[in-house]
Amino acid sequence: MKQAAGRYEPYSYFQLMEVSLRELLVEKGIVTEDAIAGAMAAMRERGPERGAAMVARAWTDPAYKARVLENGSRAAEALGFEVPGLKLIVVENTPQTHNVIVCTLCSCYPRMLLGLPPEWYKSRPYRSRVVREPRKVLAEFGTQIPTKVRIRVHDSNADMRYMVLPMRPAGTEGWDEARLAGLVTRDCLIGVAVPKIPKNAKPRKS
Amino acid sequence: MTLEKLGTVPLYSIGDRVRVRDAAPLGHIRTPFYIRGHAGVVERICGAFPNPEELAQQRDGLPAQPLYRVRFRQQDVWPGYRGNPADVIELEIFQHWIEA
Repeated sequence: MKQAAGRYEPYSYFQLMEVSLRELLVEKGIVTEDAIAGAMAAMRERGPERGAAMVARAWTDPAYKARVLENGSRAAEALGFEVPGLKLIVVENTPQTHNVIVCTLCSCYPRMLLGLPPEWYKSRPYRSRVVREPRKVLAEFGTQIPTKVRIRVHDSNADMRYMVLPMRPAGTEGWDEARLAGLVTRDCLIGVAVPKIPKNAKPRKS
Repeated sequence: MTLEKLGTVPLYSIGDRVRVRDAAPLGHIRTPFYIRGHAGVVERICGAFPNPEELAQQRDGLPAQPLYRVRFRQQDVWPGYRGNPADVIELEIFQHWIEA
């Protein structure tokens, strides 16, 4: 989009605070502009690949799956993912239970593993509705949960962060971890979708 | 010294039925309004964490408060809830927000 020429937009209160703090930190030699730009680029580029890799490993290695469910943060570290300060709880989908994650108070999200949260995750409609009418919201995402399946909604309202361990789709027997991880989207890890084999997927020759 | 050692001793165990305080103090509160006054069951104990209401006031938040994951039945929380009667919502509740 084209900016109107010469249009003056004053900083908001928080933008001004951010710029002031950043400039002070640079001025005092605590961080460099390059380090800030690098950290921001890394944050923007991070996607859900790390979370997907944990899921694929859990699908293929029962011992790892047990570790994931026991302590999500330690299990992330076991795959070499640095997750400083992250207190991760991984919740498992089963034929009887479907899990979905929300943060009703703000937008808490395991960014170290999933990247930046999508806009809808931070929106008021999602945050206020998924707690009280999860089945309707999931249906709007194209995810129909049969009434006989229990839904657990997890409000990420304090210090823990959450990730869903989806069910491995049928028809993926013999797939390797990399191929399995390709099925695990960000929305699957939030719980608004479930992994599906793409219709045009061709059976791989072994 | 770990936070657990500094913190308040957990008063509740997994499986205990607990009720969230129905109060409306000012400040930075991590207990959503929609769950205040409702009763649920302790699903797990997450550890102990500095009190966010104190942290927001630039204080140290110590002693750390035990943090519980509490499971509530959706039909108890939302009048007229439609779905499976076994549907639940789970939240993290600090010990000082639980009344015996």
